[in-house]
Amino acid sequence: MSFYNLSSTSSGDLAAIAQITRDAGVNLDDCYQCGKCSAGCPLSDEMDLYPRKVIRMLQLGQVSAVLKSRAPWVCATCMTCTARCPQQIDIDSLMLSVRHAAKRAGLRPVREADIFDDLFMAGVRRYGKSNEALLAARFNLSSGHLFQDVLNAPKMAKRGMIGPSLHKVKDRAAMRRLFGRALRTTEGEKGDGI
Amino acid sequence: MSRIGVFICHCGSNIGATVDVPKVVEAARTLPHVVYADDNKYTCSDPGQQSIRDAIEEHDLDRIVIASCSPRMHELTFRKMLHQTRINPYLLEIANIREQCSWVHKDIEAGTAKAIDLVRMAAAKIDRDTPLYTTTIPVNKRALVIGGGIAGMQAALDIADAGYPVTLVEKEPSLGGKMVMLDKTFPTMDCSACICTPKMAEVGTHPRIEVRTCAEVEKVAGYVGNFEVTIREAPKHVDYELCTGCGLCESKCPTKITSEFDQGLGKRKAIYKPFAQAVPSKPTIDAAHCRKINEGKCGVCEKLCPTGAIRFDDEEKRSTETYGAIIVAIGYQLIDWADLYGEYGGRVASPNVITGLQFERLVNASGPTEGHIQRPSDGTEPKSVVIVKCVGSRDPHKGKAYCSRACCMYGAKHAHQYLDKVPDGRCYVFYMDVRTPGKGYDEFYMNTQRDGAVYLRGRVSKIYEQGGKLVCLGEDTLAGATVQVEADLVVLETAMVPADDADRLGSMLGVTRDKDLWLSEAHPKLRPVETNSGGVYLAGTCQGPKDIPDTVAQASAAAMKVCILFSKDELESNAMIAGSDVGLCNGCGACVAICPYQAVTLEEVTRRENSVMVTRTVSNVNPGLCQGCGACTVACKPGAMDLKGFSDEQIMREVEALCL
Repeated sequence: MSFYNLSSTSSGDLAAIAQITRDAGVNLDDCYQCGKCSAGCPLSDEMDLYPRKVIRMLQLGQVSAVLKSRAPWVCATCMTCTARCPQQIDIDSLMLSVRHAAKRAGLRPVREADIFDDLFMAGVRRYGKSNEALLAARFNLSSGHLFQDVLNAPKMAKRGMIGPSLHKVKDRAAMRRLFGRALRTTEGEKGDGI
Repeated sequence: MSRIGVFICHCGSNIGATVDVPKVVEAARTLPHVVYADDNKYTCSDPGQQSIRDAIEEHDLDRIVIASCSPRMHELTFRKMLHQTRINPYLLEIANIREQCSWVHKDIEAGTAKAIDLVRMAAAKIDRDTPLYTTTIPVNKRALVIGGGIAGMQAALDIADAGYPVTLVEKEPSLGGKMVMLDKTFPTMDCSACICTPKMAEVGTHPRIEVRTCAEVEKVAGYVGNFEVTIREAPKHVDYELCTGCGLCESKCPTKITSEFDQGLGKRKAIYKPFAQAVPSKPTIDAAHCRKINEGKCGVCEKLCPTGAIRFDDEEKRSTETYGAIIVAIGYQLIDWADLYGEYGGRVASPNVITGLQFERLVNASGPTEGHIQRPSDGTEPKSVVIVKCVGSRDPHKGKAYCSRACCMYGAKHAHQYLDKVPDGRCYVFYMDVRTPGKGYDEFYMNTQRDGAVYLRGRVSKIYEQGGKLVCLGEDTLAGATVQVEADLVVLETAMVPADDADRLGSMLGVTRDKDLWLSEAHPKLRPVETNSGGVYLAGTCQGPKDIPDTVAQASAAAMKVCILFSKDELESNAMIAGSDVGLCNGCGACVAICPYQAVTLEEVTRRENSVMVTRTVSNVNPGLCQGCGACTVACKPGAMDLKGFSDEQIMREVEALCL
């Protein structure tokens, strides 16, 4: 089992936790560790730390362990946890804030999730819509999983889910303005690398 | 010209350490009309009070300012002291230089300056104080108890045993409330009905208690000692003078309806007693379901009744009577979990997801299953039971933020009862924290674990049906693992919430409600059964969630307060009440609308104005009802309404003393 020396929590750790909770708009002291979030999470099986434990570790000041955790990157932000939390803690926002903090610290415990996010957002920023084929192709190239999902392509093409032409919105400049404004409101946050 | 004396208190070091008291005395001596100023180590002590009395004689003072602690602390003490002098007790002002000065400041210079300001304001105000006098109001020595559960019954019995007549109003057809629905009571496991029904019988036969069932309080007017209460009794359709309670009508009635008493798990007839030991032990007809009343057919009960007691044309009755005191004991209800918890099945949940109160009926020997624990869906014995605590409690998101206090214990009781009746069964209890303060409570909880109940620390996230089982998902946070239990029966220990009537009754009686609509006591520690409305007291769970021992203790305490009130023939009224200047009042009625105690009314007066007789509508304050809150004085646009002791002129004098 793990051993935490609680006296070794540095002021830098506390500042990092303060920024994570501020970004997420969450008060860690609200959580009384009932575990309703973990029990309802569809992805908890894939997580090395349950959502409840992510909060517990942050309550204990163990931010470095949280930043190395796969859990926030596995989180699909389906919001089941937030909807059921008796204390109305915005757990999915907390997971995203942890991801931002990890990236700031140069960590990305689930490399593929980070690559996928960046490519997805870049695509939406450029075209205003997600183009599945392009996204899959770029993901496979960037991640090195060259043949992932390739066998699905003919079936998807047959059903018209992917095609040769790109989906675009009409006013792409508006899309860029939208992204610009969103980035400015988060004060130059480079979080998702958009 | 007034002659003011100012007395500054050190309160040991409480004030003296942060306020330079001699300096305040010096400053006080320079204030207008102040003829004497002095300080004292402890002004409230006997020597302190004596020095004030001496100064009054020596310097011919006619009003005094005491700069000390909050008036809530010692204003009454000093008023009593003034009773022994020739000064009217209301020619006293307290400058609060402790709670509002020395205790909240650290800087001596700033603290001293503020203390001087406070004294200057008090001296400016007292210059405009007038003598006030109390009047006496008669006390009507009859008590009204609203609610016939264990709290109301205990309070009624105590008052009646002390010799005063009591009317007990219960909205259901029988006394007993929630307690009589319970099977056993923790931690001693004595049968609830065995200890509750003797009380019901005692109340029913007590010569000084009048029980009115199917009745509700419709209107309350008047004030402490003299409440005018209108009680509405719904038609029972049975003449209780003639009925012998033989039960023939009930056994032959062809209409079967879901039983409220059995929490929807059993059936009752249209003419019915809610349960066998009901008091009064006579049936009532449920008009909404009676075939004779609705369709004109049937009438079996009327044909069979040996005494001819059935009255299909019975009508509701209203009566208005006078009471001196009112005890509110309307109890609680359980939160409607189905609307809040879709993840537990919500409105379409399995019938095998039941509440704790339903479990009580299921395990009770006189319940719908004669005490055999059976699944409501198919009548089989559940081999695994999940008990979920804190459903609606400690959940500000969906339910209530508070802890319902009794659920940890009755949850443990349910686990114990289940394992006792189904020894080969398995029982899992999901909990947040186990809270068992009380005599023998924690021992009971530990024994439940020894019985075999598995306690899992976590909140159930989802309950769904699969293959005839109820799958419960939760985390056991102690193991750090998500867990799944396939249960045959799930018992939700749901939150206690105020009765539906609490808000209506509270506003009728002038009793404040807290954010969750529990009726508020006057002080959470020192006046736990009194309310802010004189003569109205609280007993039991209408004040907040509590268990039976606490409920009974509180009921007896409320009864004692009523007896204290009734021990006097007359009451002294509050002198610091509102009064309206007839000459200024324009009869707009803003004061009537804003008064929380229904103390202000509009009335017509005929008076001479500019040598002409005119009749005008003006406001009138009932001195018995007015609690001196001052809301009307703020609402009054022409400035006719003034609070005695806090008149607009006095307040302006204070403001001027501070600001000019």
